Amino acid sequence: MNNNFISNLLRFLILILIQVGLFKNMGYYNLAIPLPYILFILLLPIGISNFSLFVIALITGLTVDAFYDSIGVHAAACVMLAWFRIFFHRITLDIDAQESSSTPSWGNMGFKWFGTYVVFSTLIHHTVLFLVEVFSFRNFAYTLFGAILSSIFTIILIFIISVITYRRKSRLAN
Amino acid sequence: MRNLWLFLVRYNAFFLFILFFMFSIVLVIRNNNFQRASFINSSNVVVGSYFEKINSWKAYLALADDNKALLEENAHLRKQLQNFRAIDTTVHVHLVDSIEQDRYTFTVATVVNNSIHQRSNYITLDKGSREGIHPNMGVITSNGVVGIVQQVSENFSTVRSLLHPDIRISVSLDSVSDAFGSLVWGSNTDSRFAMVRDIPNHVKIRIGQPIFTSGYSTLFPKGIKVGHVVEPEVTSGESFKDIRVLLTTDFAKLHHVYVVKDKLAEEKVSLEASHKENE
Repeated sequence: MNNNFISNLLRFLILILIQVGLFKNMGYYNLAIPLPYILFILLLPIGISNFSLFVIALITGLTVDAFYDSIGVHAAACVMLAWFRIFFHRITLDIDAQESSSTPSWGNMGFKWFGTYVVFSTLIHHTVLFLVEVFSFRNFAYTLFGAILSSIFTIILIFIISVITYRRKSRLAN
Repeated sequence: MRNLWLFLVRYNAFFLFILFFMFSIVLVIRNNNFQRASFINSSNVVVGSYFEKINSWKAYLALADDNKALLEENAHLRKQLQNFRAIDTTVHVHLVDSIEQDRYTFTVATVVNNSIHQRSNYITLDKGSREGIHPNMGVITSNGVVGIVQQVSENFSTVRSLLHPDIRISVSLDSVSDAFGSLVWGSNTDSRFAMVRDIPNHVKIRIGQPIFTSGYSTLFPKGIKVGHVVEPEVTSGESFKDIRVLLTTDFAKLHHVYVVKDKLAEEKVSLEASHKENE
């Protein structure tokens, strides 16, 4: 448990620092911006209580907001992501798996589950992020286009990070 | 009561989501409407110092470009200085307006954080209230305008860059003519171009014509070059037209900037405010 805490804290620090130091400077105009820091929220232990998950998601969002000068925008998107995460875990994992404290990583869950998880989570997060940032439904298609391009960028980066840190362990789902 | 409790527990994820999401949205709305009075932004000490650290490494990569820009500015200033020295007093009566002479002071600051890929872009500078920087001061480089100071802490300040949808800068088409409009980013995608809005339809504009600040606000001195016209008429049919402008400031390579302090700003603002009260 303690070990789990430290590894999550390290993951938080590394991902946020890379996000604001490196990925913030990358992008194709403002249509496609990569945000792989959401991998931290995706990889929190499966059995984490809903309340702690929401609090951690909010703090992560606010931290990124501080660096992006966009207070509230990333926080809202991360809270939405946390909710989707709860929903996704409930419909795809059985009761035993839902209460384990292991990390829902590629190595633990297998590619099929992890891939779907990452793709849908990223799409939801980015769509909410772009909508809250624009704060209107005007030019909806353009906003959505930006969200999808950014999602592709983020998903590719998340898979690259996952391949680099791949470790095969037990299988909880296929 | 027990049923209500069970209901809340059963769907706790949803209710927690509503609670936290509302909190975030309230933050966003407050931030949009009011002065940004919170500490969660890049002028706070932790965030500012981190960006400063990264910037101290990145600065080496920009040294060559920086030197070139400084040399060019030196050459330009030297040329102006020569003009002042060579004034022929038999032709010109040289009058010095001692109020205008040192009306503006310029504070050099280093950009420690910059973004061009967001919808609303901000810049962080390494000078704050300790160096006499206040909100609502103009920021310029040696060859163009950058933005307006938004918030200051002791050692850092955040600047709303020209690449922000809520920024408008008063500009004129010529350093002498009276046709003026307001400079906005407009396109929201490309950091090299901006738009000048509300130019009267009868004004003739040619491609390549320079655009200058008008000096109507207290933010920027008059006559700073902002950019060149690339597309004279973007929209027509109304009584005003819009112009597409290639900016002289390269936002992707900002490094050193000047913060403009106007000594007469307070006087001008209070005079204009009293005028409004009387109406």
